[in-house]
Amino acid sequence: MDVRDKLQVLADAAKYDASCASSGAKTTRPGSTIGSTEGMGICHSYTPDGRCVSLLKILLTNYCIYDCQYCVNRISSDTPRARFTVDEVVSLTMEFYKRNYIEGLFLSSGIIQTSDYTMEQLIAVAKKLRTEQRYGGYIHLKTIPNASQSLIEEAGLWADRLSVNIELPTEGDLYKLAPEKKKPQIEGAMAGIRDKIDETKQEQKAGFKPPRFTPAGQSTQMIVGATDAPDVEVLKTASQLYSVQNLRRVYYSAYSPIPHADARLPGQSPPLVREHRLYQADWLIRFYGFDASEIVAEADQNLSLDIDPKLAWALANRHYFPVDVNKASREELLRVPGIGARNVKRILNIRRFQSLASGDMKKLRVAWNRAKFFVLTANHNPALLNLDKLDLRSKAEPKTKQLMLFDAASSALSGEV
Amino acid sequence: MQSIHVDTFDDWRDAARRLLASGVSPTDVQWIGGTERSLFDDEPSPTAADLGGEGTTPSVPKAFLELARYVASHRESGRWSLLYRTLWRLTHGERHLLEVTTDDDVYRLTQMRKAVSRDIHKMKAFVRFRKVDTIDAEEQFVAWHRSDHRILRLAAPFFARRFSGMHWSILTPDESVTWDQTSLHYGPGVPASEAPSEDALEDLWKAYYASIFNPARVKVAAMKREMPVRHWPTLPEAELIDDLLREAPARADAMIQTNEGFAETAAHFMPEHGDLVSLRQAASTCRACPLHQCATQTVFGEGSPTARIVLVGEQPGDREDIEGHPFVGPAGKLLDEALKQAGIERREVYITNVVKHFKFRETETPRGKRRLHQKPDSREIYACRPWLEAELAAIGPQVIVCLGATAAQALFGRDFAITKDRGNVMRTDWCDITIATWHPAAILRMQDAARQSQMRTQLVEDLASVK
Ligand code: SF4
Repeated sequence: MDVRDKLQVLADAAKYDASCASSGAKTTRPGSTIGSTEGMGICHSYTPDGRCVSLLKILLTNYCIYDCQYCVNRISSDTPRARFTVDEVVSLTMEFYKRNYIEGLFLSSGIIQTSDYTMEQLIAVAKKLRTEQRYGGYIHLKTIPNASQSLIEEAGLWADRLSVNIELPTEGDLYKLAPEKKKPQIEGAMAGIRDKIDETKQEQKAGFKPPRFTPAGQSTQMIVGATDAPDVEVLKTASQLYSVQNLRRVYYSAYSPIPHADARLPGQSPPLVREHRLYQADWLIRFYGFDASEIVAEADQNLSLDIDPKLAWALANRHYFPVDVNKASREELLRVPGIGARNVKRILNIRRFQSLASGDMKKLRVAWNRAKFFVLTANHNPALLNLDKLDLRSKAEPKTKQLMLFDAASSALSGEV
Repeated sequence: MQSIHVDTFDDWRDAARRLLASGVSPTDVQWIGGTERSLFDDEPSPTAADLGGEGTTPSVPKAFLELARYVASHRESGRWSLLYRTLWRLTHGERHLLEVTTDDDVYRLTQMRKAVSRDIHKMKAFVRFRKVDTIDAEEQFVAWHRSDHRILRLAAPFFARRFSGMHWSILTPDESVTWDQTSLHYGPGVPASEAPSEDALEDLWKAYYASIFNPARVKVAAMKREMPVRHWPTLPEAELIDDLLREAPARADAMIQTNEGFAETAAHFMPEHGDLVSLRQAASTCRACPLHQCATQTVFGEGSPTARIVLVGEQPGDREDIEGHPFVGPAGKLLDEALKQAGIERREVYITNVVKHFKFRETETPRGKRRLHQKPDSREIYACRPWLEAELAAIGPQVIVCLGATAAQALFGRDFAITKDRGNVMRTDWCDITIATWHPAAILRMQDAARQSQMRTQLVEDLASVK
């Protein structure tokens, strides 16, 4: 099998991983001559499915001794297999990078022989790139479940980001679909990385120059829709990971019917919109001061698919409104549907010098169609009369569902609401 | 009214500084810019120099200078006067003007800045270097790019930092830049026809691009919004887009075809009543996995409905498939003997399999066709397991004996290792005494005679231990 064939198999197998975004360390890696991590999140291309290509996202191999049922590479799947050598991945990364095709490397792997052996191979790629090629671009390594702590720590020296995938929202889901993966082990690995990051920061503070350790932090991915765990469980797990493990990002990957899938999985993917809603809710938790349990307003414990979570929350908490854009606090403004964090900042700035009327709000490009039902402005805002009406939901609902789908594609990068 | 010619941000800044110092109001200046003169004409702008000595310039917010630097690269001709008017307002009583993003002038400037930033971003993303002949054993890379605005000077330092150890040039119709691993050198614009036409590596890149596209999710409008069509000519992968789109429906169909996940489990075939008679009846028409297609018939469990011991094997073999009863072939014979030696009556127990249909591969032998046993995969085991669970529920045994690894893994989970845990009594969801031992067929297949008789002894011992 030549490199081209391997690339086809091993890129195809990696495309189900959502954690695609590159976000970098602020400073350039000392001694590097090719590659930087500034200008994070450059998408170098787009595929016809609307997704961006920013990284060379591949598996070292898609052979795997495990049998996780949501995974196309599991041992019992009859998908074609391939395996790259360390040198092949190093060369592909360098050559693609030099032509400005990519922002970096996202390397993951099926488990071959043992977890530690596989982890060592991933480390070998990253180390070679850094030391022999003097490569300073982004590297994201997906750690191998059950790999030993010392290997994970070594990986952190060469990688910008490490991820330990939580895989499924609840322990029961894991037990059912990925019996070889255990929640305490996954969380233990995350805690190990977090401790090392903290330690590095402490040393920096104390004036030492410790070696770099995953300057872009750690992230994880959760597969959603493979089991019937509702969104509220997904979000609770996520917010726990943000607070306890100090993760930079949780990626949600809507389970999509993969070829050669197992029968215990649903045959149809949950709508992409669900993924999008989760990113939006995640955003609300991280930047807007919402709590996981208050965001989910629907009786079935899932996010509403037809309206965004902030609007859903506002409709369920009308007593909170109207909010006066010229007087309200930052926290209150952040809760208004259609007004994003950036606009809240702008509003707070502008109103020190002049008061804002509805025309100004439109100029700021707030989503006035949603916001207008919930705010007081300097001028008369007739839409406010609807606040207590029963049909408010249908009035505030977006008219163009199609557009929402496009947003869903890019929502992994920003879930801003 | 003064007329002032400006081409670059530096021209404008010099001129504006002087005008401001002399108190010239925006309404008294006419800014003439946008001449197609190249930025490399080193001749200084004469009109700017004519403006006379420097006066004291009131301090200008830093944010404005940065904004102005971006806006200066915009192609819109009104930018110079708009910048000067804003500068004037900032220094004449509206110091916080930039914060008022709703102001018309500020709004226009912000929009222009956004357009320029976006264009810079697109250059960073869509420049595609091509490797050209190496000079002095040093690799040379050249890219041709068409930007909307004149942003090369704003973007070039980024490339210099990122590709510092590489010799590269970026050519645009307006101007060009070369990095020699020490400094940036600007030169005249270059038409696309003079750019290198290909790079051997593009084939690999295209292969990558084609493989990561998911044909089940086509979103052309989203793609075009982020990757404007005007950039496509310089993106090697863009020429694949038409074909990828054309093939997408067929590929998506094929994905669904090979999707074993669209099948069902035996749970869909469960009868209303869970007694053994109804179960057997219902299982005879089970179609939950493809195994029913080639096998002769469903081989359901058999034995006493009140059995204390349930024996679970893997799947029926060739003879079982033809006769329709479990454990009647050579393996069944061996099991019968072992049971007898352990002091267990076969009619007292219930014997069944994890998978109820025979899975096999057909091969040609000199003596005709032969059906070779094949291990069921996890998908088939999972599909079939509801039958086993229903049998266990109907009988409620005190002891379950798993014969072989497949049966044991179906009940204990996949990390169960029969070589390690054979004979140990364990508790499961179905009963308190569950053990695993060798499958009689595994004993028959064992080549080493000594090992074979040891396994046979162990099978008898294990059976006797739960008698
Ligand atoms: S093997 Fe089991 S699940 Fe598959 S068709 Fe036969 S009885 Fe049904």
